Amino acid sequence: MTITQILSLAISAILIENFVLVKFLGICPFLGVSKKSDTAVGMGVAVTFVMTVASAVTYLVDHFMLRPLGLEYLQTISFILVIAALVQIVEMVMQKTLPALHKSLGIYLPLITTNCAVLGAALLNAQNDYTFIASVVYGLAAGLGFMLAIVLFANVRERLEFADYPKAFEGFPIALVTAALISLAFMGFNGMKIF
Amino acid sequence: MDYLSILFAVLILGGIAILFGTLLALVSRVFAVEKDERYENVVELLPGANCGGCGFAGCSNLAEALVAGDAPITACPVAKQEAREKIAEVLGITLTRNERLQAIVRCSGGDRCGKKFDYVGAKDCHAANRLAGGHIECQYGCLGLGSCVASCAFDALHLVNGVAVVDHDKCTGCLKCVKTCPRNIIVPIPYTADVNVACSSHDKGADLRKICEIGCIGCKICEKNCPEGAITVEDNLASINYDKCTTCGICAEKCPRHLIINAKLLDLYPDKGY
Repeated sequence: MTITQILSLAISAILIENFVLVKFLGICPFLGVSKKSDTAVGMGVAVTFVMTVASAVTYLVDHFMLRPLGLEYLQTISFILVIAALVQIVEMVMQKTLPALHKSLGIYLPLITTNCAVLGAALLNAQNDYTFIASVVYGLAAGLGFMLAIVLFANVRERLEFADYPKAFEGFPIALVTAALISLAFMGFNGMKIF
Repeated sequence: MDYLSILFAVLILGGIAILFGTLLALVSRVFAVEKDERYENVVELLPGANCGGCGFAGCSNLAEALVAGDAPITACPVAKQEAREKIAEVLGITLTRNERLQAIVRCSGGDRCGKKFDYVGAKDCHAANRLAGGHIECQYGCLGLGSCVASCAFDALHLVNGVAVVDHDKCTGCLKCVKTCPRNIIVPIPYTADVNVACSSHDKGADLRKICEIGCIGCKICEKNCPEGAITVEDNLASINYDKCTTCGICAEKCPRHLIINAKLLDLYPDKGY
């Protein structure tokens, strides 16, 4: 894979095929942790981190354990297992070595062990036959895309606090309307499809 | 049927599980973080109901804040006085004030309160309250549909004769019901206070008599009889200043409507159903 291909893969994962707004993966944290922009940043960083690491490890599991034996059908279950264990390990190591970072990621790290966006990234890597480097880049870019979406959304929601909308829309209805509008905006990137 | 492929699948998946299991065990040993031992003790002393009354996500979060000194011991509204003293001991600080509260319902109308219409909707006070301002004549009274009963995690609230009643022994003072009641007639009072004016109506005596058999008519008999001057009648409703009240119970005896309730003397009014 050339540098240009990898770059276009990254841009595609961040903007054109944004995990949240175009693929509709990881909607739960997207709606759940987007009330304040600082918690949204925390969640975004955690997801990006886990996705990158998970992409690398699941690539290894897929290519050196499952594929040689023709066990591709075990991808989903083994990826869940690997990601969950991995996040636990990372959390424990982080708690010991980087307590400050652990505190700021806090509850979000264990929350995303079974996040469908993380699993989705791992499965898409396997489906699209990406190389190791491409897999890691794709995981990182998908995570950054998630972060972009959730931070944008959180900032809009913060402003919504002061907006004057009908009372019946209070809470989730207006949040979903907002999410739909942001999603529509991201559809505009479809025009610059690289692949 | 190729049995080998099944065997391989089991082996691979089992292998991954064992690998990561061992890794997890190793990492948890190597990277074990020594937690403040006070934390464990505090967690044990807290009620463990995870009711969220303190504003934290759960008891363990409060325990962390307590150990870090970020929260006062009184932050937990549920903990009993002894537990608080023990927590103070664990943390090596002195407990200064007793702020334990209980909830009481400021209404005793229920079945004795007139109905505007028969309400057959959802068994929820919020719903009933929105429908033409409630189905009972009194605009202040208990709607008797038990939203507070449903909100109580400690089984301390019950509907008795159509009105919610707090069980003094079971009430932990988490005050969830206070927040739930759409008519704001459940209020916190000190746990040691046994006397409560069970009415919230500011209607004039004459008007109130027409719609409720029991509500406060603002006759001021309690105000005149209170030896401590703790009761004042304002806007047709008696209220007790608990800083002055000694819970002597004289007001409860004198009240002609029997709506000042003395927890100590509840047996005196068996017909009231409390």
